Amino acid sequence: MSRYRLKLNKKRCIHCKACEVHCKAKNNTPAGIKLGVHTSSEPVMVDGVPRMKAAYQCCYHCETPECVDVCPTGAMIRRESDGIVYVDQETCIGCEACIDACPWHIPVFNAATATVLKCDFCMDRVDEGKLPACVTACTTHALSFTRK
Amino acid sequence: MAEDKTVFSVCGMCSVRCPIMVETRGGNAAWIQGNPYSALKGALCARGAAGMALEYDSERPVTPLIRTGERGEGKWREATWDEALDYVAARLKNIMAEHGGRSVLWSDRGGPFADLHQAFVRGLGSPNYCNHDASCARNVQHAAQSVMGMGRKQVAYDLRNARHIVLQTRNILEAINVAECNGVMDALDNGCKLSVIDIRASVSASKADNFFMVRPGTDYAFNLAVINQLITRGLYDKEYVARHFHDFDELAAFTAPCTAAWAQEQTGVPAERIEALAAQLAEAAPSVIWHPGWMVARYDDSFYVCRTAYIINALLGSIGARGGLPLVNTPKDVGRKGLNKLAALMPKPEEKRADGVGWRHPQFDAGPGLVNLAYDAIATADPYAVKAYICYRHDPLMAMPDPEALKRKWEGLDLLVSVTFSWSDTAWHSDVVLPLSPYLSRESIIAGKAGLKPQFFVRKRAMQPTADTRADWEILCGLASRLTDVCPAMKHLAFTRIEDIWDYQLRDTGVSIGDFDAKGFVELTDTPLYRTPESFPTASGKLEMVSAKWAKADIHTLKPYTAPAAPPQGAFRIAFGRVGVHTQGHTVNNPLLHEQMPENVAWIHTSRAEQLGICTGDMIEVAPAGAPRNPAGRMKAFVTDCVHPEALFMVHGFGHRLPVESRARGCGVADHELMPGGLERYDTSGGGLSLQEHFVVISKAEQDGGAA
Repeated sequence: MSRYRLKLNKKRCIHCKACEVHCKAKNNTPAGIKLGVHTSSEPVMVDGVPRMKAAYQCCYHCETPECVDVCPTGAMIRRESDGIVYVDQETCIGCEACIDACPWHIPVFNAATATVLKCDFCMDRVDEGKLPACVTACTTHALSFTRK
Repeated sequence: MAEDKTVFSVCGMCSVRCPIMVETRGGNAAWIQGNPYSALKGALCARGAAGMALEYDSERPVTPLIRTGERGEGKWREATWDEALDYVAARLKNIMAEHGGRSVLWSDRGGPFADLHQAFVRGLGSPNYCNHDASCARNVQHAAQSVMGMGRKQVAYDLRNARHIVLQTRNILEAINVAECNGVMDALDNGCKLSVIDIRASVSASKADNFFMVRPGTDYAFNLAVINQLITRGLYDKEYVARHFHDFDELAAFTAPCTAAWAQEQTGVPAERIEALAAQLAEAAPSVIWHPGWMVARYDDSFYVCRTAYIINALLGSIGARGGLPLVNTPKDVGRKGLNKLAALMPKPEEKRADGVGWRHPQFDAGPGLVNLAYDAIATADPYAVKAYICYRHDPLMAMPDPEALKRKWEGLDLLVSVTFSWSDTAWHSDVVLPLSPYLSRESIIAGKAGLKPQFFVRKRAMQPTADTRADWEILCGLASRLTDVCPAMKHLAFTRIEDIWDYQLRDTGVSIGDFDAKGFVELTDTPLYRTPESFPTASGKLEMVSAKWAKADIHTLKPYTAPAAPPQGAFRIAFGRVGVHTQGHTVNNPLLHEQMPENVAWIHTSRAEQLGICTGDMIEVAPAGAPRNPAGRMKAFVTDCVHPEALFMVHGFGHRLPVESRARGCGVADHELMPGGLERYDTSGGGLSLQEHFVVISKAEQDGGAA
């Protein structure tokens, strides 16, 4: 795993989808593509009170990422300094091998550029000492990003 | 290439106006977050995150437009700003020459920047400044005035310090004021209890310790029973009541028959749960917030629901208490001078209001009036002719019920102008569209915010407009400068630089515009100030169970409960609400927010859906119960146990039909089209429209097409 942990405090999460929209606004991803995916269950009654489940999935930034191993051009890179796994858009050829190799199929194909996109923990922000977009602006500060 | 910078500003995606910080690159906004120096600590909701998508979207009015075809036909000619402002000014002059300044009506959606609008309307010599509130918070505003003698915003909600919060049709976690949401979640983290009373399970309800799914329209019975419990079991704050209540005995006598068992019959909530809630509230008192509501234009007795919420708070001693509803502080309360008002530059209007508020309806607040009653004046010329109407950031054809009836009332108008940053049904129906710059590319006048820590804040322009649009002050001051010959007072509003407006507003306040550079806002005191109430500004100086002001209008404010009508055979009561990713209709075409939620669905209880053979995902047609062959449109069903069987719930703002909104067009159903005659159905005690006093029927749609 990377040196970072991105975590959702489900108790504070209000299912508002700000995480997804901040990610999209910051990374300028095309319609239909989300690099961070928030999932809300429909409400169900549990002992007389409604309950909803929440989950947030971006990329796990694996210790030995299979997406990196299968990439034929070396475009999928694991940054040794902190373990962030990212796509170099210049060298990606859009073969989608990484999508198949990923156990969760997290990378997404962007038809507009014929390349693959993936969460990089907003490493430009991280390198400036900031937090990823989704964490910075999470409506109720339910998302946290910690250095291990 | 413009220099990269960071600009403190104010969000404009909904009515809350959260403080934001905008980073620009190459002169354009590149990243928006909540203002890190504010209570938001960087947080911002999804709508706020979609602000750049609004700015960069071309599917909004991008140049002034003057109508060339029939109203609503969509035939326009593009105009320059000089042409458009000259045109509007000339038309206004003609109308005012014949019918006087009072013949001009204005409406907006209220908010902290309304001083500029009020100044403009006064400058015209018109008393007819209105906001949208008849379709929103009028009932709670009037309820506050009837109990406390002051408006709802004279008390704050000290959510973070509360020990028990009650939300009654107040979906606080989906309406999303970011600071409020954090206040609620911090309180819950600290062990505060949350009780939610609603007809369906919202996100707010999903966090509740207690959830009460009441029969729609029975909230007043629920509240009367809670009052009965607090009084008969001696759970109320006796010292507070002795000190602050004018007529406690009348309340006690009135609520004596309203037992929990009686309320069970009305609401469907077991008596013992109501009894238990009363005990829990007493335990947490006075740090209790029974939220009196915001969007309360729902039932014929919503005014009384709101009144009883205030009364419950008062019985628990929470009005004026830390963790309850403390009194807000104005600059004066902390020894500072407030902003100079632009409206003070203009003579006060002497005419009576066209909507009758303040004279025909003496109990109502004359500030923003009741716009629905002003529409009657357009149609009838009673009390006088109303011939011009300016809608500022307000879309009555979507916010008010029965848009076709409203269009007929507007046939009496000689001029209909929309000032708007997005397309709306009203803009499409207008004679002139004056395109407002979205909030990222306009600045606003300085606003004052009362609170535990009163402050001034200002919206700064983060980037230049990407289309031929203008700021509010540029438009209104531009019109003012063209009207000075017939409205001499308008010379005071003919500003050409925002800096001159800001200087005027800040004069003698001890604050300069440079003081906003550090954080985007200026707090007028260092620490929150909690003031103990000494008296209340009612006729008696105390909290009034029987309002003297309402009594003068022959309205007895301890109104006996009347059970709501049952839906006709096979029909549902219409219910509507909010969702976190949209602000009513004006975000539905936003590319990022449309992607989040492209259409609304109909919440139907499992038992009712089974009878009709409807499953989740089925396409249904929804029609007014009185006109089953005239459906408002098609939408998908969502079958759930989390809505009351009598209700059909949908999120408001969908069912757009305009060809200029390619994304939103044809998606979902508009609830306000399901309320025939709705403009005439309002709470005469509280002034709010009764939008949930309407019934609908549904049927499974043929599978041959998509959304209508």
